[in-house]
Amino acid sequence: MSPLLMADITVFLLSLLVGFEVISKVPATLHTPLMSGANAIHGVVIVGVMLLAATATTVTGYVLVLIGAAFAAMNVTGGYVVTERMLAMFRPRREEKRREEKP
Amino acid sequence: MTTFDTAVHLVYLAAATCFVLGLHLMNSPGTALRGNRLSAAGMAAAVLATGAVLVRDHGITAWAVAALTAGAAAGAVAGLVTARRVPMTAMPQLVSLFNAVGGGAAALIALGDAVQRSQEAGTPGLQTTITTVLDVLIGGVTLSGSLVASGKLAGLVPGRPVTVPGGRWATVLLALATAGLAGLYLTGRTGALGLSGIGLAALAAGILLTLPIGGADMPVVISLLNACTGTAVAMAGFVLDSSPLIIAGALVGAAGAILTKLMADAMNRSIGAIIAGGYGTGDSAGPAAAVGGGAPVRAITAEDAALQLAYAHKVVIVPGYGLAAAQAQHEAVALARALTERGVQVSYGIHPVAGRMPGHMNVLLAEADAPYEQLKDIDEINPEFPGTDVALVVGANDVTNPAARRPGNPVSGMPILDVDRARTVIVIKRSLGHGYAGIDNELYTRPGTAMLFADAKKGLAQLLAGVREYAA
Repeated sequence: MSPLLMADITVFLLSLLVGFEVISKVPATLHTPLMSGANAIHGVVIVGVMLLAATATTVTGYVLVLIGAAFAAMNVTGGYVVTERMLAMFRPRREEKRREEKP
Repeated sequence: MTTFDTAVHLVYLAAATCFVLGLHLMNSPGTALRGNRLSAAGMAAAVLATGAVLVRDHGITAWAVAALTAGAAAGAVAGLVTARRVPMTAMPQLVSLFNAVGGGAAALIALGDAVQRSQEAGTPGLQTTITTVLDVLIGGVTLSGSLVASGKLAGLVPGRPVTVPGGRWATVLLALATAGLAGLYLTGRTGALGLSGIGLAALAAGILLTLPIGGADMPVVISLLNACTGTAVAMAGFVLDSSPLIIAGALVGAAGAILTKLMADAMNRSIGAIIAGGYGTGDSAGPAAAVGGGAPVRAITAEDAALQLAYAHKVVIVPGYGLAAAQAQHEAVALARALTERGVQVSYGIHPVAGRMPGHMNVLLAEADAPYEQLKDIDEINPEFPGTDVALVVGANDVTNPAARRPGNPVSGMPILDVDRARTVIVIKRSLGHGYAGIDNELYTRPGTAMLFADAKKGLAQLLAGVREYAA
């Protein structure tokens, strides 16, 4: 085992533990937005595609980078925008919306 | 380590911190939006730092730059357009779609890395090959599985459990084929080709595993696949030796697993039973509590009910005998006041015989200082229900029973409050017991109705506490 791998495994395990702890009791209304927020975070895969692009030198490699970049970019942009849209309903409302109704 | 490397590492660390804190802030509605933005800021920083690394290293070929930018631009546009255009009701299947492409991207990274290594001398170590196999396997399953889940919710794939003839055997065969190919790959007897085989087997397995699960369970399945994508991304992080991928991937993998468990609990289902499949008909049914006819009733927790009330535009409180019996008028008025302070429009819908005595309810509420203009009688309130977000029924039963509109039962022809025309109905009731008329209330088994099983006084107090928690 290289020191590098040991460091990676350490980071992986600790991150798992943080992940288990970071979600506490969540009201069911927030389940879907939270799922979407987590989905956006694994959009970090785009960083991986960029690193892959740095080493690609073959046609096969370029094609894989092209598809991977499209997939990852869709995941990350779409993920954040959708979460934002879903969470917009939890914006604190300051203004009172009182419609005048005829008695 | 140069100064530049140190800076990049620090940015990655900051990004990981943003992901953790952002996810944590998404636990509660008041801070959720901030959490998502914090996580997005971390993401932007990680991408920019990686871009700086590529620019500085000069190793990237022009073709790779073209492929990367063209792909990213196309994907970003596709993601933005669908995310903006799709109606709110279709959100879960959209999340599933984005999850599918995320898993696909993770699998492609392992594949691309293997293709690249085959160009170079030397054999990759086990720590690379094992994570490569896992990445392709998990990524492939999530790609196809999430697409099927998305299709089921969108109605493109039948929502009912679809059993594939010989599906179980096919899954076993696929598993064996995958194990065989993985063995060959790990011992260096096959390269990217064998890995592609594993990818194809994983795609087929993802379809076979998701098809037998009913549409009602899909949200839980999507959450589970979301956790799987996180794990696949972490594996890709091992392959590339990239800490932001390992951290964010493991974080989403673990948090997603916990969230999946919470979602399954909220639906009164076990994750094992869901994966086994074959449940439901494709239309959602919550946890079933037996009513006379055995129709399912959806229970709701006080926190969730409070959340719906706190973020509604218009709420109508329908007090009944249960409120009077529990002397809960003060709690009801306190809740109404807290909602009004939040900018929610609140009124009371009062049935002429609510509380089993004409005028009884008006007296009780007036005594608790309910503003007079909020008290509305049946003819005044009924036209308002269709524009109401939440009708909160407190201990009223027969006066809300839609069966009264049909002939042939004990409440037929009785004027009722049209609560069933509100967008959602929350009923505070101690049990599913009968009202004065002694018949089942059809309102309780409607899909838009949720039951908060509690004594009127206690239930209202819980809702008030819940609403106060969300005061931003």
